[in-house]
Amino acid sequence: MELEHTDRDEARMIASILAGDTQQYHELIRPYERSVYKMALSLMKDESDAEDVAQEAFLKAFRKLADFRGDAKFSTWLISITLNEARGRLRRKSAVPMESLDQTNEEGGHISPALLRDWREVPSEALERKEIRAILVEAIGNLSPLYREVLLLRDVEELSIEETAAALTITAGTVKVRLHRARMMMQKELAPKLKNANPRKGWFQWL
Amino acid sequence: MVIECKHVWNYLSDYLDNSLSPETKELVQRHLEHCEICSAILDSTRNIVVLTADDRVFELPIGYSERLHARLAQEMENPAAGHEKSPSD
Repeated sequence: MELEHTDRDEARMIASILAGDTQQYHELIRPYERSVYKMALSLMKDESDAEDVAQEAFLKAFRKLADFRGDAKFSTWLISITLNEARGRLRRKSAVPMESLDQTNEEGGHISPALLRDWREVPSEALERKEIRAILVEAIGNLSPLYREVLLLRDVEELSIEETAAALTITAGTVKVRLHRARMMMQKELAPKLKNANPRKGWFQWL
Repeated sequence: MVIECKHVWNYLSDYLDNSLSPETKELVQRHLEHCEICSAILDSTRNIVVLTADDRVFELPIGYSERLHARLAQEMENPAAGHEKSPSD
């Protein structure tokens, strides 16, 4: 995503869209189609809901483009809109207020990581395997919303701590606390599974 | 000063983000040098963070981009349509 930022003048693109060249909006959003969708999918856990949320987020961003302030990155703004869209839908779908359920264990007990010796790195080529991708997507989906949102923004979308805090309207300190817990939960859940992933195609040579 | 494994675990996320104070970082580093278990926890956590950030984790549905741009084109041609229906506006 960094490369695209350097040779694109998004402020200029946005100005010409607002001046009436709406076609440029198609170009403006192209680099973000994937990040908006994966954000939506992790939050909704359903492909068709995720696509609806992504479309709606891009439409809202188009309609509200005049409200966009240049002090944030366009990508960060877009991600906040996606997050709000997904939250709204989840709220309407469920009668139970999710936040209050989660808040109870927010500062809760210590999370012990999975204890291992001799961790051998899982190479990124392992992601060519569908089951490895599925294990990761499932682990993210199983985090409760408070942790999932922070992990998504910081580790999936690779926003900074400050950008994550701004998008979620929480403090940087809260981001760090939740991120720590989310990462530990991911390690606890995933390390044993990834370590024992059954190598059918010989990627895991050490097993 | 020596710190225990349990305390080291609390610092791992900040350690990965390089946001610990120099003193705490030094303490953690010294612990990691001789503790196989904490090193393995750090390595596995770092590895999982790297995998999580990989674009291949989430597959886009076939035709997603085409459908999105078609919907946008529709909106641009006829800005009023769908506006009132939008439930959260």
